[in-house]
Amino acid sequence: MKVSLEWLRELVDIDQSAVELAETLTRGGIEVEDVEDLNKGFEKVVIGEILSLTKHPDADRLLVCAVSVGHEEVTIVTGAQNLLTGDRIPVALIGANLPNGLSIKKSKLRGVVSLGMLCSREELLLDDTVGLDRSSDGILILPSTAPIGESFGHYLGLDNSVLDLELYPNRPDCLAMVNVAREVASLTQKKPHLPKWADQSQVLSLPVATDLRIIIEDQDLCWRYAGLMVEDVHIGPSPEWMQRRLKAAGVRPINNIVDITNYVMMEMGQPLHAFDREKIKGNVHVRVAQPEEKIVTLDNVERTLNPHTLIIADDTQPLAVAGVMGGLDSEVTETTKSLMIESAHFSPVSVRRTSRRLGLRSEASNRFEKGIDVSGSVAALGRVCDLLQDLGAGRPVAFVDEVKHIPPRRQVALSTERTSTVLGIELAVSEIHQVLEDLNFEYQENDGLFRVEIPTYRSDIEIEEDLMEEVARLIGYDRIPTTLPQGDQTQGRRTPEQEFRRRMRKVLAQSGLDEVLTYTFTRAEADAQWGSAKHSIPLLNPLREELGVMRTSLIPGLLDVAARNVARRNTDVSIFEIGNTYWGDEQPLKKLPKEELRVAAVAVGKSDRHWFNQSSSYDFYYLKGIMEAVAHEFGLKLEYRLAENQSLLHPGRSADIYLQNECVGFLGEIHPSLEKEWGLERAVLFELEMEPLFKKTRQTVRAHSIPRFPAIQRDLAVVVGVETSAEAVMSKIRKLGGNLLQHVEIFDVYTGKPIAEGHKSLAFTLRYQSLERTLTDEEVSLLNSRILEGIQQDFGAERRK
Amino acid sequence: MFFLCWQLIAIWILERVIYLKSEILRIKEEALKNLRELESPEALQELKVKILGKKGSLTAMLRQMGGLSPEERPIMGQVVNEVRTRLEQAWEERSAELEAMALQMRLATERIDITLPGTRISRGHIHPLTQVIEEIEDIFLGMGFQIAEGPEIESDYYNFEALNLPKEHPAREMQDSFYITEEILLRTQTSPVQVRTMEKLHPQLPVKIIAPGKVYRNDDDATHSPMFHQVEGLVVDQGIRMSDLKGILLNFSREMFGESREIRLRPSFFPFTEPSAEVDVSCMLCGGAGCRLCKGTGWIEILGSGMVHPKVLEMGGYNPQVVTGFAFGMGVERIAILKYGIEDMRLLFDNDLRFLQQF
Ligand SMILES: [Zn+2]
Repeated sequence: MKVSLEWLRELVDIDQSAVELAETLTRGGIEVEDVEDLNKGFEKVVIGEILSLTKHPDADRLLVCAVSVGHEEVTIVTGAQNLLTGDRIPVALIGANLPNGLSIKKSKLRGVVSLGMLCSREELLLDDTVGLDRSSDGILILPSTAPIGESFGHYLGLDNSVLDLELYPNRPDCLAMVNVAREVASLTQKKPHLPKWADQSQVLSLPVATDLRIIIEDQDLCWRYAGLMVEDVHIGPSPEWMQRRLKAAGVRPINNIVDITNYVMMEMGQPLHAFDREKIKGNVHVRVAQPEEKIVTLDNVERTLNPHTLIIADDTQPLAVAGVMGGLDSEVTETTKSLMIESAHFSPVSVRRTSRRLGLRSEASNRFEKGIDVSGSVAALGRVCDLLQDLGAGRPVAFVDEVKHIPPRRQVALSTERTSTVLGIELAVSEIHQVLEDLNFEYQENDGLFRVEIPTYRSDIEIEEDLMEEVARLIGYDRIPTTLPQGDQTQGRRTPEQEFRRRMRKVLAQSGLDEVLTYTFTRAEADAQWGSAKHSIPLLNPLREELGVMRTSLIPGLLDVAARNVARRNTDVSIFEIGNTYWGDEQPLKKLPKEELRVAAVAVGKSDRHWFNQSSSYDFYYLKGIMEAVAHEFGLKLEYRLAENQSLLHPGRSADIYLQNECVGFLGEIHPSLEKEWGLERAVLFELEMEPLFKKTRQTVRAHSIPRFPAIQRDLAVVVGVETSAEAVMSKIRKLGGNLLQHVEIFDVYTGKPIAEGHKSLAFTLRYQSLERTLTDEEVSLLNSRILEGIQQDFGAERRK
Repeated sequence: MFFLCWQLIAIWILERVIYLKSEILRIKEEALKNLRELESPEALQELKVKILGKKGSLTAMLRQMGGLSPEERPIMGQVVNEVRTRLEQAWEERSAELEAMALQMRLATERIDITLPGTRISRGHIHPLTQVIEEIEDIFLGMGFQIAEGPEIESDYYNFEALNLPKEHPAREMQDSFYITEEILLRTQTSPVQVRTMEKLHPQLPVKIIAPGKVYRNDDDATHSPMFHQVEGLVVDQGIRMSDLKGILLNFSREMFGESREIRLRPSFFPFTEPSAEVDVSCMLCGGAGCRLCKGTGWIEILGSGMVHPKVLEMGGYNPQVVTGFAFGMGVERIAILKYGIEDMRLLFDNDLRFLQQF
C-alpha cells in the first residue's frame, strides 16, 4: 500500500518527518518497507521565464538565454531550438542533481559562462502529460500560468513522500487511507479527522431505485451489493489534486468517474465499479457463470467463464467478473450519460481463485481477497456522492442495497491481570484505558476487566490475545522486560540417534571428506538410475523440471556436485552428504511417505599433491578405508560381497555392504559406461542406510587388559591365484591359528615378475600370543608351518621364497 | 748372611716398588696421551677396557702387588687408586668433550628448510549450514532444550491447519508451497513440529524443544532458495511470559553473535502466535551505529516469534487457560550469512569446494 503523506496529512495531524513516521509505524507493527521522496532530483530546479534569446557569438547552434528565476536573472547557454521569448521552463540551477543522474555545475561554453541548465522531459524523467506540445522537440515548456521562481517539484505536487507499507495479512484495513490515519493517530496519540462523509446518511436520504433490482443468487459468495444510480454524467478529466494523489498511490488517472471510484477505494478501502447504466438490461444478478459463458473484459480479451466464477450479469449477459474486472460492453465511455456505481462485498476465496485463474490482479481484487469491511459499503457510496457533486461529474438520484449477511459486531474481553501475566509487564488498569482510548475503541471496564467493542474495520481482533497485542504494541514492545522461564529446570541432551548422526559426520570429515548439501528434489531420470523410480515421489508444481522428484538416492546429487567442481577445475573431489531419501509406496500418495536417512560419498581425482607425500588416486580402497574408519568408530562388523547391481558399478571393483547379513548399501567404482554421462572418470562412491548402522552400533567399549607375556611375530608370504580373495586366505589363517594367533594383517600384495602369470603374492604379519605363558620359538614355528600347509591345501598356494 | 740376604731382599723389594710405581705412572701418562688423541666414544671405551678392565694393564699391576710387604701394599694401593681416579676423571672429561663435539657436528649438519609446508593431514570440512545448526543446537541444549524432529514431507493439516491457517486463509499466500497431492506437501516451515511435539508430549510439562530442519518454498533468486533450513523453538508451561521469550532470545543472540549484542522486539504477524514479534539484534558489524550491513538502522532482523496462539495449544492437546507458551523460528541461511559474511546465499547450495573448504 502506497501512502501519500500529503494525502494522509488531510486525515491526521503529523508532526514527524516521513522517515520518523515510517519508524513509528514499523515499531508499531505496520511495516514501512520504503520511504520514497517524490521530490528527489528536483531540488534546485525552479520555474524560470525566458527574457531574451541571442545567438552565441562563436557557435551557430547555441543560444544564450537570459532567464528570470524570480529573485534574480541568470545567463544560460542552450542548444535547444524550441524556445520562444516569454516561455516558462524548468531551470536546473548550479548544484542540482537531476533525476537522470546529471549534476549541474557552472560551465563555460565557447567563452560564455552558463549558470545552470534548461531541462527537457527526458532529463527530468517526466512523461508527455506535463508541458505544452512544443516540449517534445527540446526543452520542457510549461503553461504560462506556471509561477516564476517556484520550486518545480512543488509546482508538480512532488514535494511529497510516499510510504510503502508492507502489510501483514491480518491488517487488510490498512489498505484504506482512513485506517492508516487511524493507525497513525493511535500510535502518536492524536485524533484522526474522521470526515463527516464517512457515514451513510447522505445515501440513505436518496430514494430507493425502482427500475432495477439486485438479485444475489449465491449469498455465500456475495454478502452485500449496494448500487448508486447517477444521472447527468459529464465525463472529463479529474482535477489536478485528485490525479496527483492517485499517481502518488500508484494509480493511473483515467477520467473523472473512474478516478472517483479509485480515489474512494484508496481512501476507504472499498473497491467500486462504475457501469454505464444504459447498458444494463433489466435487473442485476450476482451469480456464478454458466459453463462456457463468455465475457469480453475491459482489456479487450474474451474470457471463458466457468461455474466457479462469480459474475455480475443483467437479464441477458455477463457485465463483469465480480471483484476482478469489468466488461467492455458496460464500460464508462465519453458518451456515458448515467451510471450505476457498485459497492459490494464478494467472497475473498472466490475472488482470489478467479483472479488467479484469469491472471488478473488489481488494487480491487487485492482488497476483496484480503477481506473488506462489509459494513462500509454504503458509507463508501456516500463519499462517492460527495465527490460527484464537488467535481460536477454527475447527480446521485437513487440507490439500492441488497444485504444477505453482515457479521455481528464483536465484543472481546480483556483482563488487566492476564495481560500483565502473559506479557510479563506489570500493567496498571489506567494504562489499558489509555491504550483503548488511543485506539478509539469503545469499551466498558469493571475491576480491571474490560469489555471491548471491536470496530468492524478491525476484523483481525477476535480473542483476548489479539487485544493483548494491541496493548503491547501501543505501550511499546520495549516495555517488555527480559526474564527467564520460572518452571522446572530441564536438561538438554541429544538423543542417541542425533548423537550418532553427528559422530558419523565428524568421522567422515576427519577422514578427509567435505560435507555438501544438495537439493532433495532431483531429475527423475537420474533418480531412477540410482534409486527407485517405483518409489520416487513427483512434485505437482516443481520449480523446474529437473527438480521434479523427491530423491530416493543421494548419489545423483553428489555426482552433480562432483561434476560441477571438476568442470570448474576443482579436479580432486571427495565429498559426502547425510540426508533423507523419500519413499512413496503408492501413486498418488495417501499417507506420508517414509523418510530414510542415508549417508553417501563420492570421490574422484587424487589426494592432495604435496612435496613430501606422494599423491594417490581416489579409488575403491580409499573409500573402503573411510568405511572401515566408520566401522571402527561405531564398533560395526561390515562385510563386503561382490556387488549385485553391476550395471551402475564396475563389476570388478564394487561391493555390496552387509551388516549381520542385511545389505545396508554399496561401495564401488562407477561403471565405465556411465562415465561420459556424468562427466567423471573413475569416480568411486558409496551409499549406506543410517538406521541399521545406528541400531547395531556398539553401545560401549569393553576394554581388554594388556597381555603380560611377550608376543611373537612372524611374516608369511604366499602365492595364490589372482581370483583368490585376501579375506578368504585371512579367515583360513585365523581358523588354523586358533587361540594363540592374536592378530593377522596383510601388509603386501604383489603381482608381476617373478610371480607366475595369473598369480599374486600376499604377505601377512601374524602375531602369536598366549595370555597364560611365554610362547617358545618351536611351538610358534610349528603353528606357522601348519597354517602354511593349510593354505597350500585350500588355495594351492606356495610359500614365497 | 741372613742380614745380607734380608738386605738384598729389601733392595729387591725396593727396586720392585720403584719399578711398579714407575710402571704405573707410565701407564697413566700413556693413557692420558692416548686419551687426547682418541676421537670416538667407541675407541675411548676400548682404551678404558684395555687399562681399567678386568684384563687391563692397571689391573695387572695390582695383581703384581702380591709380592709386596704388608706395609708397602697400602702405599702402592693408594698409588694405583689415585691413578685410577685420575684416569677415570680424564676419561669422563674426554668423553664429555667428544659428546659435545658430536653434538656440535650433528647440529652443524642437520639443517632443514623450515619454510617448506608440513606433512598434510587430510581433513574434510563440515558444511557451514551444518556448523551453524550445531552451534544453535548447542546453545539451546545448554538452556535445557531438547531437539525434536518432524517429517519434511508433511500433511496440510500439520503444516497449515493445526497452525491456525485454515484452507483459504490469506496468510497461506505468504508461502508458496511445493505440493505432492492436494493434502501432502513439502513443509514450508519447521512449525509443524510444534504441534507434533505437543501431541506426543501432552500433558507433560514443560515442553522445551527446538526443531532444526529443511523447509521448502517455491522461490528461487539471489535471496531465496527453494530448499533452506530453519530452527523452530517452542516452550510451553504454566506461567510462560512474553518476557521469557525475550530473555531466552537475548541469551541466544549473545551466545551466537557476541556478548555485547542487544535485541529488540517489533510487532509482527504469524497466524500461530499472538502477540507476535519480529526480533532484531543489534548489528554485529557496527555495534548499532549504522552501516551497510544493517542498512544504517543499527539493527538486523534475525527471527520471528510470539506467544503460542491459544488455538495451536488446543490443537496440541493443551488447555490455553492453564498453560501458555512461546515459539520462535529462525532461518539458518540468514544466520550463516551474517555470521560468516557470505555475499550470495546461492553459494551455500552451489557446493563449490573452494567455498566449502574455507569453513
Ligand atoms: Zn551495522
